[in-house]
Amino acid sequence: MPIDWVFGLIGGLLIGLAGAVYLLGNGRVMGASGIIGGLVDRSAGGAWPERLAFLGALVVVPAVLQVGMPVDTATAQAPILLIVAGIFVGVGTRIANGCTSGHGVCGISRLSPRGIVATLVYIGAGALTVIALRLFLGGL
Amino acid sequence: MRIILALIAGGLFGAGLHISGMTDTGKVQGFLDFFGAWDVTLAFVMGGAIIPMAIAWRMVPGRAPLVGGSFIPAPDPALDRRLITGSVLFGIGWGLIGLCPGPAIASLTYGGWSGALFLAAMLVGMFFAPTAALRLDSLGGRA
Repeated sequence: MPIDWVFGLIGGLLIGLAGAVYLLGNGRVMGASGIIGGLVDRSAGGAWPERLAFLGALVVVPAVLQVGMPVDTATAQAPILLIVAGIFVGVGTRIANGCTSGHGVCGISRLSPRGIVATLVYIGAGALTVIALRLFLGGL
Repeated sequence: MRIILALIAGGLFGAGLHISGMTDTGKVQGFLDFFGAWDVTLAFVMGGAIIPMAIAWRMVPGRAPLVGGSFIPAPDPALDRRLITGSVLFGIGWGLIGLCPGPAIASLTYGGWSGALFLAAMLVGMFFAPTAALRLDSLGGRA
């Protein structure tokens, strides 16, 4: 749809606003992989209640919006592909200490070299992967 | 107060991901498909998100977080092996399915079984990441 970028921009502004609230309010960097990962490997320590609250709202608000303003959802994929991709995303974002929100949104906006380099690397790796999918598996 | 602000941030983040279309794996893979039917949406999402965030970073010096305490210190700026290797792995997984951690959580209630399976695998990956990071460090050679 030609107006997709308008929704993208509005959604993006909301995401940035979320990061601003988390930074100026709680003094933390809003990185999804860090917030989840810290709970999974228990490195979050005593900060778990606010992380759980963040994730709870992150699940509930889209669930409610999906009722009134449904969006296209993830298309079903081969289970093995989902498992491999999930493990790669989980391990990779934690080793790199950030994902699209942490390195991408929060890192680039403070002109962090780490954030900028990480974002270029994962977008590059993602683009090559999509090309490979197209070549070997006959498209998306 | 910390909890309330975290709820607001999480809710705004979820609304933003949903409205922008970033919970749709097709749009994300479409952005990564630079040589196919390129979908520019993700660039607008990223650009839109960076604007309020850049303003927020400029407000940090000389003040404390609303809840008190101090801001999280800036990380070591080194571009090390962990950053690069981790980002390559993340990019491959992201390209394969079109989900990153935020949208994987945000679409939990409507992502179907495939979203749930991806999320479960992602959590397993996160659980083993500290071990994987240590192995990476011990591989020898300079980062």
